[in-house]
Amino acid sequence: MKVTLNVNNQDRAVDVDPDTPLLWVLRDELRLTGTKFGCGIAQCGACTVHVNGRPRRACVTPIASLEGAAVTTVEGLEGETAQAVQDAWAEFDTPQCGYCQSGQVMTAAALLSVNPAPTDKEIDESFAGNICRCATYVRIRKAVKAAGKKLEG
Amino acid sequence: MSPLDTISTSRRAFLTGAGALMIGVTLPMKTRAQGAASDVASHAYNAFVRVGTDNLVTVIVKHIEFGQGPWTGLATLVADEMDAAWGQIRAEHAPADNDRYTNKVSGGMQITGGSTAMADSFLLMRKAGAAAKSMLVSAAADAWGVPAGEISVERGIISHAGSGQSATFGTFAEAAATLDVPQEPSLKTPDQFIYIGKGVPKLDTASKSNGAAIFTLDVYKDDMLTAVVEHASVFGATVASFDDTMAREVSGVADVKQLSSGVAVFGANTFAALKGRKLLDVSWEMSAAETRTSDEIMAERVTAVQSRGAVAGEAGNVDVALSEAVTTLEAEYTFPYLVHAPMEPLDAVIARREDGGIDAWLGSQAPGFDQQAVAAVTGVELEKVHIHTMLAGGSFGRRAQPMSQFAAEAAEVFMAAGGERPVKLMWTREDDVRGGFYRPVTAHKMRGGLDADGNIVAWDHVMAGQSFLYNTPFESMMIQNGVDAGLVEGGSAIPYAVPNFNASCHILNCPVTTLWWRSVGHTHTGYTVETFIDELLAKGGKDVVEGRLALMGEHQRLAATLRRVAEMADWGRSLPEGHALGVASVESFRSYVSEIAEVSIEDGMPRVHKVWCAVDCGIAVNPEIIKAQMEGGIGYGLGAVLFNELQLGSGGEVVQSNFHDYRSLRISEMPEVETSIIASQEAPTGVGEPGTPPIGPAVANAVRQLTGEPVRHLPMIKSLKA
Repeated sequence: MKVTLNVNNQDRAVDVDPDTPLLWVLRDELRLTGTKFGCGIAQCGACTVHVNGRPRRACVTPIASLEGAAVTTVEGLEGETAQAVQDAWAEFDTPQCGYCQSGQVMTAAALLSVNPAPTDKEIDESFAGNICRCATYVRIRKAVKAAGKKLEG
Repeated sequence: MSPLDTISTSRRAFLTGAGALMIGVTLPMKTRAQGAASDVASHAYNAFVRVGTDNLVTVIVKHIEFGQGPWTGLATLVADEMDAAWGQIRAEHAPADNDRYTNKVSGGMQITGGSTAMADSFLLMRKAGAAAKSMLVSAAADAWGVPAGEISVERGIISHAGSGQSATFGTFAEAAATLDVPQEPSLKTPDQFIYIGKGVPKLDTASKSNGAAIFTLDVYKDDMLTAVVEHASVFGATVASFDDTMAREVSGVADVKQLSSGVAVFGANTFAALKGRKLLDVSWEMSAAETRTSDEIMAERVTAVQSRGAVAGEAGNVDVALSEAVTTLEAEYTFPYLVHAPMEPLDAVIARREDGGIDAWLGSQAPGFDQQAVAAVTGVELEKVHIHTMLAGGSFGRRAQPMSQFAAEAAEVFMAAGGERPVKLMWTREDDVRGGFYRPVTAHKMRGGLDADGNIVAWDHVMAGQSFLYNTPFESMMIQNGVDAGLVEGGSAIPYAVPNFNASCHILNCPVTTLWWRSVGHTHTGYTVETFIDELLAKGGKDVVEGRLALMGEHQRLAATLRRVAEMADWGRSLPEGHALGVASVESFRSYVSEIAEVSIEDGMPRVHKVWCAVDCGIAVNPEIIKAQMEGGIGYGLGAVLFNELQLGSGGEVVQSNFHDYRSLRISEMPEVETSIIASQEAPTGVGEPGTPPIGPAVANAVRQLTGEPVRHLPMIKSLKA
């Protein structure tokens, strides 16, 4: 099946099994390897990307559902919010193994783009689907708040 | 000295004779740090440092980076002694070489484990950096015609005040490489450190925040096949027969092959392999299978601990003391199988080199072992097997297999595909959760006795569990007289002075594969010892902090962490209604950690609001990494004690399969963590594991105060919500 979608501001056409999850199209076909495989059942959030601006688990999103969609991966994340998030991730040296962090960064950017001053509860809710086995959660929370403060100026 | 040092006298002699720096070693110049792709000439000064004409200093790290910080930590040591600018420092993993890159703390082979990277490398890497600096200074002195003693180096700039000359490291990179490597370069005194103890930004943060970091899963080769393997869902079962008709009809499935461990489906892409595997029909040969449930396996261990086992430690006469005690306390504990569940499931890429050799990319915790396994399976001589250790998405012990079963499976998959096309072997989360190598099931029985004044006079501790070191290279050093050091550590000796003491163990093996899991034996001995001492002290009418301190006579470094953490948490203060503080202190891997948890009960389960942590790990090379490891160790341990149990159900079938039924701690369950590091000039020790053992008992001790009931069976969700 041929599907045309926009990935990181580029139109891309792929010809794959229609059941193929977006995750494997990004990785195997487009070689955008920042989006990770962690569970395959939308439980861990390592594959979080933005579809039409909102966070989505790429591992359970069939490519057939994405004709004409705009997908942003961690490689294509840009702008003021993205910069604030990545700067804050550096400020707190948030990653340990780093494998889940693309997904964490994508979730942070999506949250802060609509809510630059999230409460702890709102952070909990937004990141509920993002597991970090290294438990970098303390620093994720601090970094999200710091990035939000910077965005609010 | 580590017992494994005794295995090979020749190896020991070699190490002693050669000193810390391996002279005349030519390193592969093609290997590069991530994000440092430069084609400039780079010069190997010793096995651990390369300086390029582009002015980049590459530190070769023999311990794998999967989150605990050895890239930054070990590079810090080199950069400090070199007086380099931090911005010019890169890190990369060392190739496989059990001699050159041996871990002397962990037994004389190249292995990351036991939280030893810093302990093993502290002097070694500083000497490497000091030697490199000395050579650059000599080269500058020759070029400028001035005495080397008049040259100074600061933040990567070599200068001579008298003549006003200055240059970068890159300027003299080539000339310095031609000089002899000094054997015993002079090292800095602690007051001269510029990075050690001060902290530097981690080298891998940026690439791990923008998707650029390359893990094994991210390795793609031309014409590469991706393989997934259908494994038995019962331990010890083997393939009897299989029907692959349906699997082969899937578009993109290239082949299906039987392996010793299961049936491999090869796809032109990952999805084809996964889809094909679902359509396989495999029959399993069950004659050697473990068909007991995990409850039955546990019951066998509980039965075993009713009598004393092989003695691991003793003092006085515990039986007499127990019979004479005024008050006694008896307790049984059970600990379930645990999965490591690192974020990146196991994976490897194997490819044939032009010379017939093999390239293997994987997150290898023991590259020397993995190299041997790949060589054995492929029939390629050892020197032609090139292990490329990759950044790995966590491990917590999972990637250190003494018998390299995963590397061997990857090599077998590669050979099954013909031995020419590159193959990526990918385990899914289901493969990971159901694939064994768990923290073993253990049972403990404790008996304690108090005298009329509430003093602890008797301590009898019986443990039963599986040894994962039988039939491995570690067996002779770790298992002696029926005692497995990895099972009884933390229980065979305790930091409390008890006059009559006995600790013993039963080793009960079974086909369920088990392995070290972040902090190994301390995962269960730390829990039993620290909850039991807490109960005994309370029963004797003692404050559990003061009572511990009073018994820590010879363990003053641990006592100092307990005093510190009690101050931090303001132990003894009045708490909000329904809140309690629980404390635990555990020495593990030569580091000392005390933690206090503030806990309440919500919906029948503990909610941990905050954890205070004090750690003594000797010289704190990078304080922020130490704090992060305490946070991570606490979160990892907390999730396990609250939620985790890997069960074998009817017929021995693994029950859990993925994060929906094997829960991970999530952000809403992560407590605030405040860590304090004890100032020390002792040699540095590890931080990857020692943060984990105290959290479970600290929470359990708080729960006991809130509910009046001890928590002796894990996970807590099972004992508290059942």
